[in-house]
Amino acid sequence: MDAIKQNTGMAVNGRKRAMGLLARASAAELQAGWQAIEPKPEVHPVRGPETGLVMVRGRVGGGGDPFNLGEATVSRATVRLASGEIGHGQLLGNDREKARLAAIFDALQQRPEHRAAVDHLIDAVESRIEAEDRKHAEQTAATRVDFFTMVRGDN
Amino acid sequence: MYVAVKGGEAAIANAHQLLADRRRGDRSLPAISIDQIVAQLGLAVDRVMAEASLYDRELAALAVRQARGDMIEAIFILRAYRTTLPRFGMSVPVDTAKMKIERRISATYKDLPGGQLLGPTFDYTHRLLDPSLLTDEPVAEPLRRRADESSMMRVSDILAGEGLIEGDGQMPEDHVPGDLTREPLEFPLNRDLRLQALARGDEGFLLALAYSTQRGYARTHPFVGEVRIGEVEVELDIPELGFAVSLGPIQVTECQMVNQFQGSTKNPPQFTRGYGLVFGQSERKAMAMSLVDRALRAEEFGEDIVAPAQDEEFVISHSDNVQATGFVEHLKLPHYVDFQAELDLVRRMRAEHDARNGIEKNDTIRDAAE
Repeated sequence: MDAIKQNTGMAVNGRKRAMGLLARASAAELQAGWQAIEPKPEVHPVRGPETGLVMVRGRVGGGGDPFNLGEATVSRATVRLASGEIGHGQLLGNDREKARLAAIFDALQQRPEHRAAVDHLIDAVESRIEAEDRKHAEQTAATRVDFFTMVRGDN
Repeated sequence: MYVAVKGGEAAIANAHQLLADRRRGDRSLPAISIDQIVAQLGLAVDRVMAEASLYDRELAALAVRQARGDMIEAIFILRAYRTTLPRFGMSVPVDTAKMKIERRISATYKDLPGGQLLGPTFDYTHRLLDPSLLTDEPVAEPLRRRADESSMMRVSDILAGEGLIEGDGQMPEDHVPGDLTREPLEFPLNRDLRLQALARGDEGFLLALAYSTQRGYARTHPFVGEVRIGEVEVELDIPELGFAVSLGPIQVTECQMVNQFQGSTKNPPQFTRGYGLVFGQSERKAMAMSLVDRALRAEEFGEDIVAPAQDEEFVISHSDNVQATGFVEHLKLPHYVDFQAELDLVRRMRAEHDARNGIEKNDTIRDAAE
């Protein structure tokens, strides 16, 4: 029972990570990933792709109770493969085609034969984001203030 | 008798065509692209996103271009657009403690964990016009230094360790966050609703109110505990999946304003806080918001309400620049009938006044308006 729970937990974490990275993939990355999928599966739209709003919440004082900060545009899509797997794609912005492709990859990563191709795409997106984040963090670190104290002589 | 007057369709159509021409300007110059506006006029884009209350850099840049750089017009256009979209849901509250920091400063602690990171700031520049920007000279790559991996502790948590600062804002149990886009405002407001209104409030208006508190109209003894700018993840619960997934990052600016408080019968002497959180990079707005947030909590702390910045109904009713511009600018629309009525009234009163005072009637300019 615990083993099943753990497996489900890992599967959830894996899918959550994949969906988060698909949301941050560029249109070019998603297109290239789609080109790499052979043979192309039959994909049926279930919902969307459509653009709407998500109310972004903050917390009073930074860590208190939630308040409504303002909305963000979000595009989302749900697709079904001919083999039955359902995929969801959702990401910030107006790009509905990106949402549709993200949904397809979410469905494909549930198929063993496409798993490796989807993982390849996701890992590539992850290393790109990590490199960008590191670059930004290092550029910010160069603007850190190093205080020095003028010690007055005590003689 | 009421006579409906029509007309102006051709004039309006031609005016809009003229507007499109003037917006495009000199055709011998290349048109400015949306990408260029996002990349090179980023803070204008951020202000439009913040005050339109819609995070979308591309659409905000489009609005800036369409409005010829008129910020309030751009905000108006983006606000109008958001009403055309369905709402998918509410995000999980963003966690600013996990922010990917681009700038972080504190005026209260010199050596705080994580350090003082200046980031891309205008501070300490000399505010001299830079002629090198007249031409497209190459710009040097920023320097790099090994980054500290540890997370940046919030300054409020440092003071909280000593018990000398009030906690983060807690609402009563079972409180559902208010949403002014769904429910009309009813005063008095809870703090969560005030923060929503302030987050979309006009930067200039909030700046002026914040300034007024510093000049003595509701003194709040403020210190910038911390300003941080950076990216936070937006997560949304997906009911079909039963867990929350990330939709991507947004950039926000957060300000923790720390204020001295003498204590009252209800509360011990301690530091109190004002909070500011704004879309994009907008330090001035976040700081002004936190000062006004604190001023508006006067009643909570048993302080006398003596200044405009403490008057919730005054501040929140006038902070929205789309509402404000709508009501002010509507005055230029035809009021011919209203004015005729007033003109008749004033004439009658004047005639009575003149008759009482034995002044002779003078009607040389009369009927000019008719």
